[in-house]
Amino acid sequence: MTSTATNSQPARGEVLLDVQDLAVEFDTEAGRARAVDGVSFSVRAGQTLGIVGESGCGKSVTALSILRLLPQPMGRIVAGRILFRGQDLVAADQETLHKVRTGQIGMIFQEPMTALNPVHRIGKQLSEAIMLHRQVSARTALEQSVELLNRVGIPSPEVRVGEFPHQLSGGMRQRVVIAMALACRPALVIADEPTTALDVTIQAQILELMRALQDEMGMSIILITHDLGVIAETCEDVLVMYAGRIAEVGSVEDIFHRPSHPYTRGLLESIPRLEYPRKSRLSTIEGMVPALMDLPAGCRFNNRCPHRSERCTLEAPALEAVVGGHRVSCHHRDRLPAWSEPTA
Amino acid sequence: MSTPLLEVRDLRTWFPVRGGVLLSARAQCKAVDGVSLSVWPGETVGLVGESGCGKSTLGKSIVRLVKPTGGQVLFNGTDLASLSARRLKPFRREVQMIFQDPADSLNSRHTVGSMLEEPFLIHGIGEPASRREKALELLRIVGLPPAAIDRFPFEFSGGQRQRIGIARAIALNPKLIICDEPVSALDASIQSQILNLLLDLQERLKLSYLFIAHDLAVVKHVSDRIAIMYLGHVVESGDGEEVYRRPRHPYTRALISAIPQPVPRRQRYRQVLSGEVPSPIDPPPGCPFQTRCPHVQPVCREQLPALREVGGVGPAAHAVACHFDL
Repeated sequence: MTSTATNSQPARGEVLLDVQDLAVEFDTEAGRARAVDGVSFSVRAGQTLGIVGESGCGKSVTALSILRLLPQPMGRIVAGRILFRGQDLVAADQETLHKVRTGQIGMIFQEPMTALNPVHRIGKQLSEAIMLHRQVSARTALEQSVELLNRVGIPSPEVRVGEFPHQLSGGMRQRVVIAMALACRPALVIADEPTTALDVTIQAQILELMRALQDEMGMSIILITHDLGVIAETCEDVLVMYAGRIAEVGSVEDIFHRPSHPYTRGLLESIPRLEYPRKSRLSTIEGMVPALMDLPAGCRFNNRCPHRSERCTLEAPALEAVVGGHRVSCHHRDRLPAWSEPTA
Repeated sequence: MSTPLLEVRDLRTWFPVRGGVLLSARAQCKAVDGVSLSVWPGETVGLVGESGCGKSTLGKSIVRLVKPTGGQVLFNGTDLASLSARRLKPFRREVQMIFQDPADSLNSRHTVGSMLEEPFLIHGIGEPASRREKALELLRIVGLPPAAIDRFPFEFSGGQRQRIGIARAIALNPKLIICDEPVSALDASIQSQILNLLLDLQERLKLSYLFIAHDLAVVKHVSDRIAIMYLGHVVESGDGEEVYRRPRHPYTRALISAIPQPVPRRQRYRQVLSGEVPSPIDPPPGCPFQTRCPHVQPVCREQLPALREVGGVGPAAHAVACHFDL
């Protein structure tokens, strides 16, 4: 069943996932909403790509689309290709998808309680994941589950395999979910807000664990979060999304040191930083994220943008290169004022 | 300015943990266990801690949404902790609360107008016409359009709903507002709008805040003084800048080092704490932090360290609850 190719990691730096012009629509009571519109990006082997944006920007929908896990029947991919190791997952049949989901791409969700079955013991759930892609006996699978739990830093794993999810703390549950996602030694792990529900000291533990596992296993990670601090400390490349489209993409240095989209700049300027003088007024982005049913024409950020011109309200900007892999969709990308880093 | 507006003394809020056939109290969950702190007029005191440290219970105990088990809550010298509901009523005007999720704290069946007029009704202030006038003024103060008055909470975004929550909290000209995670459910671009609004209102209305949140960067930004809570105890307090620059408690140090900074690939020492917060139902003996502390000594397992001053004077003194000078 499982070929050796499934478990081998591609060479570092080689393109593992290539998403081209992805568009996703949802049927809602108010009509058809396009949650993701013309999104393209790629993930190289061994690399961590961060996707950042506010609620409703399409970051989670993009992630779910990769595994074809969009809620049915409301959501569907209406355009684009998702090439994973050269194979288009948009056109793939159920059997192929099953192989990819169980053996090649792992997923970590925000709330581990929703990813774990509350009525089955931890060991059973992990063994199931292992037996899906490896032909081993239940006994061996359970032994491997204990090893996995040990690997993700769960104390007394031989006891924990016999427990139910509710008996574990939030941080421990997230470790179990990570163990499950890694059970098949995937080439790619998609982590959707993996630490958002956790306390900051536990978040530090989980991020450290993911980094150590990546060093050891060489998998690629797509990390979806709204937290720019988490992005800065864990990602090599960053995708900034706004209202279903890519605002800016580049290396983590491009995004944080040379942000070239007014939205990226607005986000970086609006977060309170520990170095700021107390009670100083924060810079803000006026207004709020538009509803998907009520998007402005032209550039979707135009109604909140301090640099808006008439062209922005008429014509959607294309994602164009600034330097190297740094690309921005803004008509004014060459005319924005020089960026000064908001550290006091 | 010679007396604090709010002075919490040795406050304890314990919840009975019931079980067994007769649902007798089998144990006590010591959510808040001997907390003292003060808030001076016009000041913001930030209260930081992770989930389960008791910070929200402390906030609720101060406004008497929860009855404290012991200790005092002195508001302008009157102990709110022991007052009857009737005698508490006038103080309810003076101390208000803003909650984390305005979707939960606003009644979905009431219009914004009726919610904003309700505080005046309860306290028998004004006529229907003047109450509506007052509601419109409140909307203007928090930056919402007048048309919002006849709409329902679900018609608003998270940030706008938080503005409604703030309008209701300031309706009766309170002196103190307990802000319980007021921005943690909001997106980054909206969070800064609400923080600015809270700062503006403080200046205009001479408000004092007790600002409760888990995000140290947010708390430090809005606060004059901060207190760090762990497992029902204040482990460190002092001027916000001072505590951030020179943290003295091992937990504060770990907390600061765990915060991800928006600076790429910064090489820095990160102290990753092992283990997790113990249960407040069965807290460890001695120092509450001893099970995770990298500097733990035998005395920490036996004796609860008192909050002692280690620098500064007066209300802004830097205090730490640790047996050792690190």
